[in-house]
Amino acid sequence: MRAILIIARKELQSFFDSLIAYVLLIVFLAITGFFTWLLESDVFFIKQATLSVFFGYANFALLIFIPAVTMKMLAEENKSGTIELLLTKPITNWQVLWGKFLACLALIVFALLCTLPYYITVANLSVGKFDHGVIFCGYFAILLTSAAYISIGLFASSISNNQIVSFLIALVIGVIFFFIFGMVSNVFGGALGDTLNYLDFMSHYGSISRGVVDSRDLIYFGSIMLLGMVLSELSLSKRTISE
Amino acid sequence: MEVVIKNLVKKYDGHKAVDNVSFQVNKGEVLGFLGPNGAGKSTTMKIITCYLAPSEGDVEVGGYSILREPEKVKQLIGYLPENNPLYLDMPVIDFLEFSALLQGVRKDMVQKRIREMVVVCGLGGEKHKLIGELSKGYRQRVGLAQAMIHDPQVLILDEPTTGLDPNQIIEIRKLIKELGKEKTVILSTHILPEVEATCDRILIINKGKIAADGTAANLRSAVQGREIIRIKVEDGQMTDIMAALHTIPFVTKVDEVLGKENTFEVQTERMGSPKREIFKMCVEKGWILTEMTPFETRLEDIFHDLTTN
Repeated sequence: MRAILIIARKELQSFFDSLIAYVLLIVFLAITGFFTWLLESDVFFIKQATLSVFFGYANFALLIFIPAVTMKMLAEENKSGTIELLLTKPITNWQVLWGKFLACLALIVFALLCTLPYYITVANLSVGKFDHGVIFCGYFAILLTSAAYISIGLFASSISNNQIVSFLIALVIGVIFFFIFGMVSNVFGGALGDTLNYLDFMSHYGSISRGVVDSRDLIYFGSIMLLGMVLSELSLSKRTISE
Repeated sequence: MEVVIKNLVKKYDGHKAVDNVSFQVNKGEVLGFLGPNGAGKSTTMKIITCYLAPSEGDVEVGGYSILREPEKVKQLIGYLPENNPLYLDMPVIDFLEFSALLQGVRKDMVQKRIREMVVVCGLGGEKHKLIGELSKGYRQRVGLAQAMIHDPQVLILDEPTTGLDPNQIIEIRKLIKELGKEKTVILSTHILPEVEATCDRILIINKGKIAADGTAANLRSAVQGREIIRIKVEDGQMTDIMAALHTIPFVTKVDEVLGKENTFEVQTERMGSPKREIFKMCVEKGWILTEMTPFETRLEDIFHDLTTN
């Protein structure tokens, strides 16, 4: 655990030392803020004290935001050779991966904390009884989706030493999970359609953000996250597998 | 703390980069790892530091196996990888702290160790700069500092003096020698005088196999007798002299010395010395022998002999 925190701290530091964190935070807040408050179908238009508009757009912002955060995580270490420096320290591949995972997740949490004024505003705008639970579930759903997507991003970063390549790989996988599975599942019926629908991020995201926290959704996000981490670990440990 | 390498084999796509290498390095010994490019030096070092897994064989560091207890092994080792990879966007101090914490240095000792390393490696003026802003020599010092930050029992240094200026090289060599008194040091290098200056023992590796193992003096005596004699003969034709020298027993090779008239380098076999015969021959032919200098066999020649066959 100690090693995980040391690595997470270092990665977070390097987010904020470089411009990455600031640029991404501003872009994230700009996109979500614009769609939530300024566009025609915004919070005022639907005349309900909810943040459902925000939660809808936040997801799409994260679709690009997360690969941009994860792309350098391992690809840069592979390229510069620092991965050798890191892995010859008395730590395991898992500690390296979870440390980096945690740093990315912390950045997302930070970005979401910056949107708390949205919540406070909407809560104060509401006339009747405000449903805090739905807001909480919305944030929870975003975090789960982010965690799953970060692990995909880390995997994409682990298999390449080029940041652009890992960004694109993560984005393509993300698009498949966010859109393609859902779209294709409508075409097929029956068991195949159900399976594809189950694989779709949005169906799970939707149900949690509506306030329905089902164990199936938790298991889904948990397994995607673990799968991404296991694949990243395999890719890191490839070098130590003897022929 | 001893490092024992047992029958190490590393295959890359069927090609053996390291081929059944076994040796042992003991506490208080500085082992110089020599070999041409691609001989398997770095691969061996990467295996000892648990970065790569061997195809066959094992390495034990202080009794811990790299296969079964890599975490323990990694704690004991300080490693400076080839090309000295560093996080260029980190300040020197932060990087050293990061390394110290990962190496498991106790929290209350971290600052003290960093201060010591800054002094030892001469980083005083640069400690707050980003590593990316440093020159190659200073980066090399940062690499050495992170390798030594946890006061490891075993130091593995892959080409530690590349990029340093001559004064720094002397300092670092002194430091390595100092460390070598109490610790186990394995270093690789291309620079032969460096090995003579710092190492107690030399291991020459070629095409993945050990070609020679011993002290510089040992290696010399192994090829001793194989003298090189420089002679200068006047009053004769170059070609005649060449031909005549070849007929003398024990002579294996005659080279003209470029740029110097009538001067030759004669290599001899280890069985005997042809000095007398050369003298007699000159008398018989009426040539004047104006110079005859025996050379000690240089490490370069041993290295060349062992790695080009």
